[in-house]
Amino acid sequence: MIRRILAACLVFLTLALSAQAQDRTIQDVLQEHAEAIVKSSRTTIGPAIEAVANSGQPSAQTVLQKWQNKDMWQWSENGFFYAATVDGSEITLTDFDTGDIVATVAKGDVTQLKPNSGIRAMIGAALVQFQLNDPDAERRREALLAIQRDGEASHLAPLRASIETEDNPDIKALKEVTERLLTISFDKDDARRIAAIEGFAASLSLDARAALNPVLSAKLVYAEDLPETANIKREIKPGSEALSVSDAFALMVSAGAATAQPTLSERKSALTEHIIDGKVGGVPVAELTRQDARDHAYQALASEGLVPAFDPAFSMEAAVKGVRFAEVYDEPSAAVTDAAQKTLHTINRAVGVNQFLDLSLDGLSLASIYFLAAIGLAITFGVMGVINMAHGEFIMMGAYTGYVVQQIIPDYTISILVAIPMAFAVTFAAGVAMERLIIRWLYNRPLETLLATFGVSIALQQIAKNIFGTQARPLTSPGWLDGALVFNDVLAISYIRIAIFVLALIFLGIFLFIMKKTRLGLETRAVTQNPRMAASMGINPDRVNMLTFGLGSGIAGVAGVAIGLYAKVTSEMGTDYIVQSFMTVVVGGVGNIWGTLLGALGIGFLQKGIEWFNPSNTLAAQTYMIIFIIIFIQFRPKGIIALKGRAAGD
Amino acid sequence: MDFVKKHPSLPAFIATLLIFTLAVTFLSEAYGTGTMSTSFVKTLGKTLCLALVAISMDLVWGYTGILSLGHFAFFGLGGYMIGMWLMFARTKLIVVESMAAADIPATAMEIKDAVGTQIFGVVGSSDFPLVWMFAHSFWAQIALVVLVPGLLALVFGWLAFRSRVTGVYLSILTQAMTLALSLYLFQNDSGLRGNNGLSGLQNLPGLDAVSQDAVSIWFFWASAFALLVTYLIANFVVSGKFGSVIRGIRDDEARVRFLGYSVEGFKLFVFVLTAIIAGIGGALYYPQAGIINPAEIAPIASIYLAVWVAIGGRGRIYGAVIGAGVVSLVSTYFTGGQAPNINLGFYTIKWVDWWQVLLGLSFVLVTLFAPKGIGGLFDLISGRLSPSRKGAPLGPDQGSLREQEAEK
Repeated sequence: MIRRILAACLVFLTLALSAQAQDRTIQDVLQEHAEAIVKSSRTTIGPAIEAVANSGQPSAQTVLQKWQNKDMWQWSENGFFYAATVDGSEITLTDFDTGDIVATVAKGDVTQLKPNSGIRAMIGAALVQFQLNDPDAERRREALLAIQRDGEASHLAPLRASIETEDNPDIKALKEVTERLLTISFDKDDARRIAAIEGFAASLSLDARAALNPVLSAKLVYAEDLPETANIKREIKPGSEALSVSDAFALMVSAGAATAQPTLSERKSALTEHIIDGKVGGVPVAELTRQDARDHAYQALASEGLVPAFDPAFSMEAAVKGVRFAEVYDEPSAAVTDAAQKTLHTINRAVGVNQFLDLSLDGLSLASIYFLAAIGLAITFGVMGVINMAHGEFIMMGAYTGYVVQQIIPDYTISILVAIPMAFAVTFAAGVAMERLIIRWLYNRPLETLLATFGVSIALQQIAKNIFGTQARPLTSPGWLDGALVFNDVLAISYIRIAIFVLALIFLGIFLFIMKKTRLGLETRAVTQNPRMAASMGINPDRVNMLTFGLGSGIAGVAGVAIGLYAKVTSEMGTDYIVQSFMTVVVGGVGNIWGTLLGALGIGFLQKGIEWFNPSNTLAAQTYMIIFIIIFIQFRPKGIIALKGRAAGD
Repeated sequence: MDFVKKHPSLPAFIATLLIFTLAVTFLSEAYGTGTMSTSFVKTLGKTLCLALVAISMDLVWGYTGILSLGHFAFFGLGGYMIGMWLMFARTKLIVVESMAAADIPATAMEIKDAVGTQIFGVVGSSDFPLVWMFAHSFWAQIALVVLVPGLLALVFGWLAFRSRVTGVYLSILTQAMTLALSLYLFQNDSGLRGNNGLSGLQNLPGLDAVSQDAVSIWFFWASAFALLVTYLIANFVVSGKFGSVIRGIRDDEARVRFLGYSVEGFKLFVFVLTAIIAGIGGALYYPQAGIINPAEIAPIASIYLAVWVAIGGRGRIYGAVIGAGVVSLVSTYFTGGQAPNINLGFYTIKWVDWWQVLLGLSFVLVTLFAPKGIGGLFDLISGRLSPSRKGAPLGPDQGSLREQEAEK
């Protein structure tokens, strides 16, 4: 009945169309295919979707979207299709072409079109071409990125069609890359695929690797009865790293080339099942504590036919010996896999080079963190020879100062700018107080300085814990330090690390300036080399020691702010850095800032290098690094740059 | 008799230890009135072990002048060695018992696999690593208690002393060794269960019938006996010519070397001997503690050890014992929540939170004002004061005490 009505409508429409052929509306197109649309079958809907998509009507995209979202309804009064909004039992119909509200009708008068998921996917594919040709460049880019994430074979045709008309060069390049990715995955023509694969030579894009890897996916198979056409990656010997003997035997079993022997546990459960009067196959159960007794009992059962046969002489090694196993590509065409293999090789080389650069950047930023943590120590320990175990707690105090400042000043940029001098002031004061109260009494007893400052260290740690609690406090970096400087998909460095690197350089400069160019630096060097002589020349050693120690502590505080920006602030953060800082100074050579710099660089790069061998295990990296340092100190006890002459002391 | 004359502290020490041991025994739940709880007996037993390792620290630091920040690592290694046997043997007993219920008796291989799964399941493995090679044998592991810390100390000490790393550098180097060891043990694939450590060590295999009350007293006796033996050995080592040489090394290493002594050899001997003592201390301590994990070995533990010796008074062996005993017992008192809170009106001082601050400050005060530590009180009693040298340093070395400091 409906079909008749529809047919009648169609006739009516054809008449109408012929009357005004030049201004066809989207409704006309829909009516032409009304039958297929209403039937909503996957096999017949294709031409209808195509007709709408290619109608060239401005509202074609809207129609497809509404249709896909099940918002297209058919009005039984005229058989026309409308966009509809449901409001309770009332339904408002809107014309696609004009956008006018046509009518508000009851639910019974309209039929919702409910395309199934297959059809919705087809509509989606048809919609792609609209997105790819969208006048807004940003939306075109989004559509392309979406296709790169999960592309489909159906995207290929509209994508190719859209490349030529693209006028934005950036997006055109993106389209070409996307087209190659899709070609690799979905094109039927091998020559085109190979061309696309080769187009990615030496590319660093993650997507290129992601597209090539499935092409090269391979599985291990039993290769004796492999068809001639199989695309073999390589033959594999069982017992090698890629294929264990037991896995190889399992492959043989699943290929039907061998029968599985009952395993140890299967034989055991078979024995358990056949216990009769405390005996299995004539062997008393109590004697089954040895494997050969069990084998004997099992043989007895097998010879009675009670259990599957088991050959005690059987060994998997013998079974798999001389049998061919191979890794076979899922991709049938050898030309394609060869091209992919070759391209992947160039990609891997390029990635390797960039990973090395990336690792170097990581090493550099780790080195600058160590340097920042150690530079204060280079003054108090390196120049003055005072072992300050509370150095790590000065770093912590600096970081907490930054946290408190951020609680008061909400603007992150200003608060960081305020926090740095504040942290310096706080830790400078703490350092001066500690020097005056404790350290100056112990200049002759360095080992006891270590103990006394350790006492200060645990007291400060506990006080911080009592004030700020045990949970980590955030020190938020300003917005302009978010994100990373990205060179390509492999090589990137976060701005915070750059900032820390710059800060380390600044501190190196400040240290050199103070030590070489200022009165304080001169006096410090004089006092550390020979306090009595310096005192005779009119220098007050007490004052100089106090200021120098304060300076070293103050720098530790600023380092604390920097470290707090990228790591969490806790009361125990100091302990993470104290041993490493001492190492840095000792490895570099006590009393020389360039030595500290070299020490930090060496340790930073070494740690990253070791991590590279075993990326999952940073603990191991630290362990090996410390062992390496211990061995290094055996050969150069005075560090990389050893002081010479009188300044070296004994 | 000569020996006692040379060491006037010896009779007093032995008598004190004996009276203390008897008193604890008569107050214990297993063999006495039961006034003292088993957990407190364990605490006392552990304290004796800490005193033991403090003696070794005093030998190496107070007498030889090497501030080792690694002796707690040796202590921990000793604990790990005995812990491996305890854990293996006990798990094996449990596994055998549970397997006995099965229809078919288990083979040796099956038992071993099941024990492996039990012990290493927690780190996602079931195979015995190579370091557990001797775990089945009690005597082998006892030998390892001595050998592993001893060998580590030998290798490390040989490397460090032959390149003449001294003073604070040596301290930092030993601290690095400790850190490396604890970081290594923290890894799951170190073969010693990563940060889970070894647990259930308080249960002695085959002695399930004996209650912990009795076991704790046994360990207390063993610890007291070990402490006594160590005390005698330490007194023997520091007396006579050997003792003079190592004190000489402490005060001026170069001068002793010029006198023709092999400074490195003496240092190495003391370092290895004390590492072995520390290892034995650990082997007695951890079965009483019940659990050992890599955090116990962290560098801070070794610094605490130095602090006990400093507070007790270094350079005298009973000082180390007193320091370890006093600090660890007072610490237990404060951190155990037994100490009453002090209400200041505006703020209540909870000792659990503030004890560490007090401890830290007391290190500082002891270092500054009482370099002789608690042991210095005995000098006051016996009226033994340092000779007047008009403010000159007491020893030849820069680092030795000045007269004014010594008199405080």
